[in-house]
Amino acid sequence: MAWETVLLLLIVFAGTSGELCVTRAMKTIGEVHDFRPSSLLRVMLRAIQVPWMWLGVALMAVAFFSLLGALSMENVSFVVPVTALSYAAGALGGQVFLGERVSRRRWLGVLLVCIGVTLVFFGRK
Amino acid sequence: MTSSAGLHLKTFVLIFFMILFGPLGNVSLSKGMKTIGAISLHNPADLLRVGVQIFQSPFLWLGVLLLLLFFVAYLLVLSWADYSFVQPAGSVAYAVVALLAHFLLKEPISPTRWAGVCVICLGVLIVGHTSPRTTEHK
Repeated sequence: MAWETVLLLLIVFAGTSGELCVTRAMKTIGEVHDFRPSSLLRVMLRAIQVPWMWLGVALMAVAFFSLLGALSMENVSFVVPVTALSYAAGALGGQVFLGERVSRRRWLGVLLVCIGVTLVFFGRK
Repeated sequence: MTSSAGLHLKTFVLIFFMILFGPLGNVSLSKGMKTIGAISLHNPADLLRVGVQIFQSPFLWLGVLLLLLFFVAYLLVLSWADYSFVQPAGSVAYAVVALLAHFLLKEPISPTRWAGVCVICLGVLIVGHTSPRTTEHK
């Protein structure tokens, strides 16, 4: 149970900070307008030149292997909903690190998600 | 300059791909890890053995492939939409995971857990009605 908690926390925090880094990297590249494979390849080539992308991918790799570890111990219908806790972390991080404006309505949604995660957690048995 | 309607359509098509490939990938990973068995984190030799088994599991490769498709859709949508919009909007995936886990993996899901999943979806519905971009467009 102790290891499992560590793994779940790693999925949430390494995953969320990884996604924030990746978002920061993609925003420096700018909006993607062209969806032809050659242009997408060029977007990917530019993306891997942004240091934030590498940091983000490294953190997401940590989250991924933690996910594999947690899935070896618990049901996917438990592990995946619990990782929805990253919503609170994501809204907070989006506001603090990326300057996104999180409306009161969006916060209400995030709050409901958290309540749902709590129910999933206590619905274990 | 992209029109607001076009921006929304593009955003929702990619989010649809996210909520399809993400859950399928997770369910496939779960199937693969369950056949390998619970990992013990106390024994490094055991971790190595599991590492080798992970590379030999077809379900894990399938899961990784599906999650890569998910990730590409995710990266693309993040190039224009807010993270704090995309992450919650894509969370319909949590309901899809529960359904797939129940029907494909035969996982028992208690009424409390279903209720939790429904509340998560309600939260997502509310979040999904907010604007996809709040920061300045340079």
